Amino acid sequence: MQTALRTSLPETEIASRANFAPHARVVREERPVQASGLPLSIRGLRKSYGDNEVLRGIDLHIPAGQFVAIVGKSGCGKSTLLRLIAGLEKFDAGSISLGDAVKPEDIRVMFQEPRLLPWARVLSNVEVGLGRDRASSDAHSRAEKALTEVGLADKRDQWPSVLSGGQKQRVALARALVSRPRVLAFDEPLGALDALTRISMQRLLERVWRDQGFTAILVTHDVAEAVALADRVLVIEEGRIAHDVVVNTGRPRQRGSAELAGLEGSILSHLLSADDRT
Amino acid sequence: MSLIDSVSLPRSLRLPRVDGLIQWIVPLAIIAIWQVASVTGFVPTRVLPAPSDVLLAGWQLLLSGELVRNIWVSFWRASIGFLIGGSIGFAFGLANGLSQLSAKLTDTTLQMVRNVPHLALIPLVILWFGIDESAKLFLVALGVFFPIYLNTLHGIRTVDPQLIEMGRIYGMTDGELFRRVIFPGALPSIFVGIRFALGIMWLTLIVAETIAASSGLGYMAMQAREFMLIDVVVLSILIYALLGKLADSASRVLERLTLSWHPAFQKR
Repeated sequence: MQTALRTSLPETEIASRANFAPHARVVREERPVQASGLPLSIRGLRKSYGDNEVLRGIDLHIPAGQFVAIVGKSGCGKSTLLRLIAGLEKFDAGSISLGDAVKPEDIRVMFQEPRLLPWARVLSNVEVGLGRDRASSDAHSRAEKALTEVGLADKRDQWPSVLSGGQKQRVALARALVSRPRVLAFDEPLGALDALTRISMQRLLERVWRDQGFTAILVTHDVAEAVALADRVLVIEEGRIAHDVVVNTGRPRQRGSAELAGLEGSILSHLLSADDRT
Repeated sequence: MSLIDSVSLPRSLRLPRVDGLIQWIVPLAIIAIWQVASVTGFVPTRVLPAPSDVLLAGWQLLLSGELVRNIWVSFWRASIGFLIGGSIGFAFGLANGLSQLSAKLTDTTLQMVRNVPHLALIPLVILWFGIDESAKLFLVALGVFFPIYLNTLHGIRTVDPQLIEMGRIYGMTDGELFRRVIFPGALPSIFVGIRFALGIMWLTLIVAETIAASSGLGYMAMQAREFMLIDVVVLSILIYALLGKLADSASRVLERLTLSWHPAFQKR
C-alpha cells in the first residue's frame, strides 16, 4: 500500500507543475491596464525636527515608472524624504505632487522590518494591504495572486513566526503589491537580510517593478544595490540633493560588471569625500 | 508495513500522556507517604487524618448532597465575582490604554485604591452587605479587578508602535486597528492578568467564606472545625487546591487556543 502511495506522489506533483505555468500567464493577462506609475514632483521641500533642519530644500522630479534610489550617510535625511513622500509625516514648507487623483491605496511603503501581524496567517497579512477593499469578495483571490507573485503561495496558512527573514520580507512585499500601488517606497527593505537572500530579493524587486510599472523609490545605504536596481541614483548630503546620477546600463544587469562597479566607485568617492570635508 | 513504522506511530501518541502523568507523581507520592504515616501512627489522626479517612468523609458528604451544594455555591460565587470584577477591570484597562484623557482622569485614583489590601475591607463590607451573597461577590470582584486592569493596560500600551503605524498606513479605521492590531497584541498580557486574578479569586473567597458565610466550602470547613471534624477540614482544603488547579488549567487551554500564533505556544 505504501509503495503505491509513493509512486503516485511524484505524478501529482508533475501535474501541478505543468498547470502552474499557464496559470501564471493567465494571472498576468487579467491585470488591469491602469496599474501604471505616477510621476512625482517635489519643490522646495523642507522639514525640521526642533532645531535640527533635516531637509533643506529638495527639488526633484521623478517621471512615472522610474526606479530611483536614494543613498546617503545615516542622518542625511533620506528616510525622512521617503516618509514625507509616503505621507507618513507632514513637511514644513514646499510641495509634493503626485499627478492626478491619488487614492491612499496608490502609495505603499515597505520598511526595513517586515511589520507583519504575528497573530494573522500569511494570507490575512497580505489582505491587510488591500486597504479599503479588504472586505470585498475577491480579497482572498487577490491576496493569493500577490503571494504567488513573490513565490510564497504555499505558505498562505502559516504563522509569520515560522518564516525566515527573507520570506517575511517577501510577504511584506506581497502586502505592499496587493493593492496595485502606483508608487512604491522602500525604506531599506533589505537591510536586515543576509547577502544571498538580499540578491534574490533584489531580483524579485526588479522583476515586480518591470511587471507592474510602478514608480519605485528605494532608500538604501548600499551603493551597489542602488546602482544594480535603479535608473537613477540620488545622493543626499546635509538635507540637499548633492548628486543626481543616471544609470544607463541595460537590463537585466550583470551584477559585478565593470560598468556598474565603476559607477559604484564614483558614487562612493562622492560620499566619502564629503566625509573628508567635514 | 515495517516494524519501525508500526512502533513509531503509537509512541508519538503516547509521549504527551507520559508527560501529563509526570506532574502527578509528586502529589501522589506525598499522599502515599501521608497514608503510611497515619496508618502506622507516626502522625496522630487528631493532627492529620489519613487520606483514606478524608476520602471517606468526602464520600459521606457527597452522599448527603452537602458537598456538591457547597462546592457549587463557592464555584458560583467565584465565577460571578470574577466576571464582574474582570469585566470592569478589562473595561478600565481598555479605556485607559486607548485614551489619554481617561487615563489621566482615573489611573491615579485606581492606583491609590490598589494599594489598600482588599481583604482589609471585610469589616466594612460586612457592615454594608451583612453576610449576604453580595458581600462575597464584592470582595472577589474587587480582588480580581486590579490584576486584570493592570495587565490589560500594560498589554495595550506595549503593542508594537511599528505595527500600529503599519495599520494606519494601510488605511485601517480605529475599530479595525483595535480588532486586528491592538487587542491581539495585548492578549498575551491580558492572560497573565487572568492567571493572577484566578489565584486572588480563590484566596479572597476562602477568607470571605470562613469569616462571613452560611454556605460554601469555607463555611463547611469552619463548621467542621466547630465539631472537631478534622477530616472535613482537610477535605475542604484539598478541594480548594483542586479547584485552583482546575481554574488554572482552564485558562491555559484558553491561552493555547487564542495564542496559537505565539512561538511560545507552538508545538514543533
